[in-house]
Amino acid sequence: MEQQHVAHTDHFDPVASKLGMWLFIFTEILLFGGLFIVYSVYRYKHPVEFHLAAEELDVTIGLINTIILLISSMTVAMSITALQLGNKKLTLILLGTTGLLALVFLVNKYFEWGAKIHHDIYPGSEFLLSLSKGDMLFFGLYFFMTGLHALHIIAGLALLGVAFFKVKNGSVNKDRISLLENGGLYWHLVDLIWIFLFPLFYLIH
Amino acid sequence: MTGNSSTHRLPSYLEYQGKYTGIRSWILSTDHKRIALLYLYSQIFFFLAGLVMGLFMKLELIAPGQQIMGPQAYNALFTVHGLTMIFLFIIPGLAASFGNFMIPIMIGAKDVAFPKLNLFSWYLFIAGAVIILVGIFSGDGPPDTGWTFYAPYSLKTNTNVVLSVFGAFVLGFSSILTGLNFIVTIHRMRAPGMGFFRMPLFIWSLYGTAWIQLLATPVVGITFLMVVADRLLDIGFFDPAKGGDPVLYQHLFWIYSHPAVYIMILPAMGAITEIIVTFSRRTVFGYKAIAMSSLAIAFVGYLVWGHHMFTSGMSETARLIFSFLTFLVAIPSAIKVFNWTATMYKGSISLEPPFWWAMAFIFIFMIGGLTGLILGSVSTDVHVHDTMFVVAHFHYIVFGGAGIAFFAALHYWYPKMFGKMYNKKIANWGLIGLFVGFNTTYLPMFFLGFMGMPRRYYDYLPQFADLNLLSTVGSWVMATSLLLVIVNLLRAKKGTPEEMDNPWGGRTLEWTIESPPSLENFEEIPVIDREPYELKSK
Ligand code: HEM
Ligand SMILES: [Cu+2]
Repeated sequence: MEQQHVAHTDHFDPVASKLGMWLFIFTEILLFGGLFIVYSVYRYKHPVEFHLAAEELDVTIGLINTIILLISSMTVAMSITALQLGNKKLTLILLGTTGLLALVFLVNKYFEWGAKIHHDIYPGSEFLLSLSKGDMLFFGLYFFMTGLHALHIIAGLALLGVAFFKVKNGSVNKDRISLLENGGLYWHLVDLIWIFLFPLFYLIH
Repeated sequence: MTGNSSTHRLPSYLEYQGKYTGIRSWILSTDHKRIALLYLYSQIFFFLAGLVMGLFMKLELIAPGQQIMGPQAYNALFTVHGLTMIFLFIIPGLAASFGNFMIPIMIGAKDVAFPKLNLFSWYLFIAGAVIILVGIFSGDGPPDTGWTFYAPYSLKTNTNVVLSVFGAFVLGFSSILTGLNFIVTIHRMRAPGMGFFRMPLFIWSLYGTAWIQLLATPVVGITFLMVVADRLLDIGFFDPAKGGDPVLYQHLFWIYSHPAVYIMILPAMGAITEIIVTFSRRTVFGYKAIAMSSLAIAFVGYLVWGHHMFTSGMSETARLIFSFLTFLVAIPSAIKVFNWTATMYKGSISLEPPFWWAMAFIFIFMIGGLTGLILGSVSTDVHVHDTMFVVAHFHYIVFGGAGIAFFAALHYWYPKMFGKMYNKKIANWGLIGLFVGFNTTYLPMFFLGFMGMPRRYYDYLPQFADLNLLSTVGSWVMATSLLLVIVNLLRAKKGTPEEMDNPWGGRTLEWTIESPPSLENFEEIPVIDREPYELKSK
């Protein structure tokens, strides 16, 4: 009886865990989808203000962060391939690189936000309240959406961190790779969302 | 697939001794059946709490003028009543309790796909409840916005809205994870031979529900987060003073909250289907039609949210389209009702309590559904919008529909879950009392609404006095009967295995195993070689 029970909880279905991850990714996309709707409605209502406010953002920093995330997506994908090929050391190096890139992204974000806040642009600031409604909405959305995205970066980082240690101690390996694959999937999602955020806030003029 | 006749019986999931003992063997257990009971008990607890609040509201409304509370207390009470009943009782609903218990068993599996995630969902559920509770008793008092949290009032009121909204967000997360778990379970864990079209219809309804949970909940989740951000960070997403649009809030809220109605009612319909098939002693009429109507409801239900906003400011075209789609969604619901009746036709019906509960469901649900059409057509809705008519309508659906189905399911699966049988006579009398009390409470509200009595007020004009008095008396009958029903269930008696394993002559898989089931449900995973409701299993 006890024997049988252990065998059962040990039951492992990689297809199920991947399916679960994909479903979770749907919900994340819908979560941001709600914000994209709000963004579109307000942009439609205040086209001129959104246009002018967007010019306040630093395209260079945004571009750098985009490139960083794209590279990190690549390194995470490569780490999965490396593990599939059984190269544990390379996997760890690539995963570590991904994590470092994520940290660089966050540091950039910190300075970008810091500069805005330094100029008295943050939700509820007196200066922002003195601007037009379109400006308030633009910067409100900017802080909320990039902030939520940054939280997702942190969550992804945590997930990849767990994967890192499990690869290291061998419980995630060539034959039981699901956790790493799912971590990678999640990371691509985080990347993908940024790929939408970047043009919406920095590029469309 | 024996079990009935086998002489040796494994310890049931209630007796099983695992790693932990006492309370920890419950709150740390990843057994889907124990988690189901955790949900069941918590939900019934919240239901009773909400019931008491409802009774106090009805007492306040017994006569014109102030009776036992002032306006602020009444506003808080209907808000917390709504929050409790919606988010803590009926949205987890039949899925979290009976779904959790029955899905693995009915598809021939030992557990759900992600047992730990399942337990985690329950933790989130309790965490959300605690957050809401803290919100009620801390800060500047319980929220007074109504459970809908409409902006801009939810941004302006001094009451403690943030915690309630955040609690609802956490509950949404719990609901999403449960849905996810169920979808994967149904896809991956079906026993050999059980194709999608050999699944019991309860499973089909839960499958549709799970997709709604998954696809609709994130939208309200982000909306609630925006409300929190508006209040804490002063962003102004929905605050017109800062350019925000309160009507946009309503859209986002109802994009979830209409489909949420189907999260409540679909599993209810699924359970009713099981009951009717079992007690009609016939195979189901229109299996595929019922299965597909679950999916159709899930899909079309996504597109009708605007009917809550006919008077909020929408273009004429939008109102016509939403009205039309609302009428469309009535079709799959009606398909189910017709198929139930056709299933009973020429059946040799056995008149046991669960069957009577199912009949009460159909009757009340039909009134709820038909009055829904009055609300769904723009011209009549403009007249009764935000009146007691609406309150009556949704109580007919969520309480008379989903709530009664919850109790129907409880009476149906009680012997399976606990190995005990309640007193059937008392169960029937309880139902009769509930049925009479329910209609006495809520039927007058339709008339009150038509006469123009608005909802969400602690006071009313003298001409509404008589019907309100009647309604309040009805609420006492209803509450007493509910108490009777619950006490009767608690006093159920243990029966022998022969009596309990399959007391109703059910044909789905759960009736082929022991009552209460063993830890792993099946000693050996069954191989399915028949349709779910086939009369003679080979
Ligand atoms: C058990 C007995 C119940 C009684 C006596 C009762 C009574 C009431 C009353 C008097 C109101 C307020 C009407 C108004 O002034 O606007 C109300 C509102 C409401 N009830 Fe119930 N109710 C009961 C059960 C339920 C159940 C089972 C549900 C859901 C599953 C439910 C969901 C709601 C909701 C969502 C509201 C609206 C709250 C709002 O306006 O924000 N009720 N109920
Ligand atoms: Cu609706």
